[in-house]
Amino acid sequence: MGSLMNERELRRLLAEVKAGGLSRRAFVRRMAAVGLAAPLATQLLAYSGVAMAQGASEYKPTKRGGGGMLKLLWWQGPTLLNPHFAVGTKDQDGSRLFYEPLAGWDPEGNLRPVLAAEVPTRENGGLAADGKSVTWKLKKDVTWHDGKPFTADDVVFNWEYAKDPATAAVTIGTYKEVKVEKIDDHTVKVSFEKPTPFWASAFVGAQGMIIPKHLFEAYSGAKSREAPTNLKPVGTGPYKFKDFKPGDTVSGEINTNYHMPNRPYFDAIEMKGGGDAVSAARAVLQTGEYDFAWNLQVEDEVLTRLEKSGKGKVVIAESGNIEHIQLNSCDPWKDVDGERASLKTKHPILSDPAVRKALTLLVDKGSVEKFIYGRTGPATPNFLNNPKRFRSTNIKDEFNVEKAADLLEKAGWKKGADGVREKDGKKLKLVYQTSINQPRQKTQAIVKQACQKAGIDIEVKAVTASVFFSSDVANPDTYPHFYCDLQMYTTTMGQPDAGLFMNQFCSWEAATKANKWQGRNVTRWQSPEYDKVYREAEGELDPVKRAALFIKMNDLAVGNQVVIPVVMRPVVAAHGNKLRAVVSGWDNNTWDLQNWFKEG
Amino acid sequence: MSRQYLIRRLLIAIPSLLGISLVLYSVLALAPGDPFGELATNPAIPPEVAAALRAKFGLDDPVWSRYLHWLTAMFQGDWGFSFVSRMNVDTLILQRLPTTLIVIGAAQLLAIVVALPIGVLAATRPYSVFDQIANTLAFIGFSLPTFFTGLLLILLFSIKLDWLPFVFRDDITATGLQWLWEETKQSIMPVMVLGLFQGASLVRFVRSAVLDVVRLDYVTTARSKGIGERKVVVRHVVRTALIPVVTLVALQMPIVFGGAIVTEQIFRIPGIGSLLISSILANDTPVVMGVTFVFACLVVLFNLIADFLYAWLDPRIAFR
Repeated sequence: MGSLMNERELRRLLAEVKAGGLSRRAFVRRMAAVGLAAPLATQLLAYSGVAMAQGASEYKPTKRGGGGMLKLLWWQGPTLLNPHFAVGTKDQDGSRLFYEPLAGWDPEGNLRPVLAAEVPTRENGGLAADGKSVTWKLKKDVTWHDGKPFTADDVVFNWEYAKDPATAAVTIGTYKEVKVEKIDDHTVKVSFEKPTPFWASAFVGAQGMIIPKHLFEAYSGAKSREAPTNLKPVGTGPYKFKDFKPGDTVSGEINTNYHMPNRPYFDAIEMKGGGDAVSAARAVLQTGEYDFAWNLQVEDEVLTRLEKSGKGKVVIAESGNIEHIQLNSCDPWKDVDGERASLKTKHPILSDPAVRKALTLLVDKGSVEKFIYGRTGPATPNFLNNPKRFRSTNIKDEFNVEKAADLLEKAGWKKGADGVREKDGKKLKLVYQTSINQPRQKTQAIVKQACQKAGIDIEVKAVTASVFFSSDVANPDTYPHFYCDLQMYTTTMGQPDAGLFMNQFCSWEAATKANKWQGRNVTRWQSPEYDKVYREAEGELDPVKRAALFIKMNDLAVGNQVVIPVVMRPVVAAHGNKLRAVVSGWDNNTWDLQNWFKEG
Repeated sequence: MSRQYLIRRLLIAIPSLLGISLVLYSVLALAPGDPFGELATNPAIPPEVAAALRAKFGLDDPVWSRYLHWLTAMFQGDWGFSFVSRMNVDTLILQRLPTTLIVIGAAQLLAIVVALPIGVLAATRPYSVFDQIANTLAFIGFSLPTFFTGLLLILLFSIKLDWLPFVFRDDITATGLQWLWEETKQSIMPVMVLGLFQGASLVRFVRSAVLDVVRLDYVTTARSKGIGERKVVVRHVVRTALIPVVTLVALQMPIVFGGAIVTEQIFRIPGIGSLLISSILANDTPVVMGVTFVFACLVVLFNLIADFLYAWLDPRIAFR
């Protein structure tokens, strides 16, 4: 989309499509001519109130059942089956076999109705003009597995259940700031305090699965742990609960009263846990013992080799997760009031823009992609990459050692006898930390080598993952402390929206001793300009303008070298050749389970 | 006499179990990470959520008070509940204990069935070709760790030959003979890995124990009386030689449990060993404590069994 420059032109075209003067196809073609990818163009159409051309359903079976058993392999098995207690994606995926949200996220970051009759829009009256409420119409004739009807009361109950701190629900963050009311038996209204552009959080996707009121009502609040249904779910999903062994197996059988016609295809389902990622990939790709395996954090080289057996395929779904290098804005080596990297300090070396620029020129992303991550980590110049409507086209990647050396030379960093540059008696030496993980150590080596050539001495440091990613206040080696010059890890993006994701550069989010390092701005970059753009986006209801604001935020953060994006980390799964399954990086792996089937 | 001995032995077990639990609890408390670490890196979940959960589950209390709390509850028969599955620890363990016991039991049985005849045969013909081969194989067998042989077998039987499944399933729906067949098929590899590892060292024990006895005067006497060789070996030699072997089998149980943890992880067997590994990775203290406690009890129990068997096999040994 580039800048706001051609926004007016864009709007004119959109209006033309709406009025029928321009065909959808012509619009998409015109957009492609100015460098806009087709998905983005269709997104724009959808957000401007032009209905998206629904792709013909891929679902082929013409009757319910008959597909035998579907065997899923999760190398970490679900440990609980109450979606409001789900600690990790494994638990959400397991719960999703039986429970469903009002709507799910497809691979492009669009909403697909599940328990909702339709996706709320401005046109159907679902979205309020002031952005302060959303009204969901629920599907009628949906029943719980025990035969009781699913109504608005269940939806309202989930809100009451999750927002109560005594329940200790993990989903509390999604529900505590909204208000939910029942309009009639099949309509609920979700209201927000202030205009909320991203309204699809409550009751949607991984955090939005709905549990039955009549079975959980007695176990709300402090008694939440005692509910027998925590381990024996009764949901609305395509499969009925059969058996559960925490961390090992979840099994289910076909729900013959499922609310979508001809679905599901399989007669039974089994989700097996345990073991490791490589052998899980093997069981699907090489021996065909299982139909689907999740989260294959395996080197691409190994995956490609296993794929050659011809029994299965690797599927890669885009997500917003990004492996990036952070540059510390504060001085991590000076102690101020019992805290290093205090906001009161400036980094002695990295505060020089020439050094920051040189560093971005010294990260050979191409090699990192080619030799380390392959398909599982495409190189990117942007921090904010997905959904595509938020992706900037303004930043170009460059790897150039000579140019970096030249920049440093001009800024007064002269090479000393040991080949390391120095200025005003300061050596150009940086410590670069990350978690212990083979691809990360390889990336460190690639960066270190290039830096050495340019006269920057990099000391690499690797911290055990369980320490690096912990929230331990007392341990100086965790990533939120960032007591180091550079650090690298993957930041995850849980929703197909940049709102929460981009707050990690806001001044007020800085991780400090005062907030026990719980702030999300780990680099502690302080920029009034960025803050202003972020605040603006918070209340911006126009999707086109809002996307433009987020693109600007990306450009500010990357352009000021606060972070150096390295590679995107899409979701990687594997399935047997015959299985048809759509995987989304914005929702659970099992989000579309009702539509899975095997082809002849 | 023997009841008094039993009571004394059980009383001695209490301080050692207490010591084990104390050491374990401290090590777990010192280890980095907490059960809600995964929540911390998820931007959709505000940090207060993890903090509130920590407070609710008492993770912010000092280590000693958490330990005392756990200990008093344990004495009252309350094993606590898992932080990650919010399920009672004893239910979790009971759900998985049978599988572990069956796998270990089958492996131990296989070890004995293989090791006894081979060991005895090797000892009665020392330095023969059979003895040499048995010795070499035994050496190889107990030098190779179970995780290595496990992977080797998977590579051979599952991937190259495609004969056996390498994912152990606990919910086989088939019935009757079909069920037995599938159960056997998936158990072959894990039981082989554990059993042969155990059997290999057992062969060495049996061989040396029998060798010691074969040279004794009473065996020569038995032979000179004209009893057949077979009878001499079975009636006179093996009976005496087995006494130290029985003790060794029981004392080796901790090693079998250790091997079972690794094997369960490789073959995805839903036993308490794999429960232990996943709980350690998730920093799920109550479950780790529970499982290790069960392991500790089993080891103490097997030691006790060894002592009693010893006395039964050799009445000269008295309980004191």
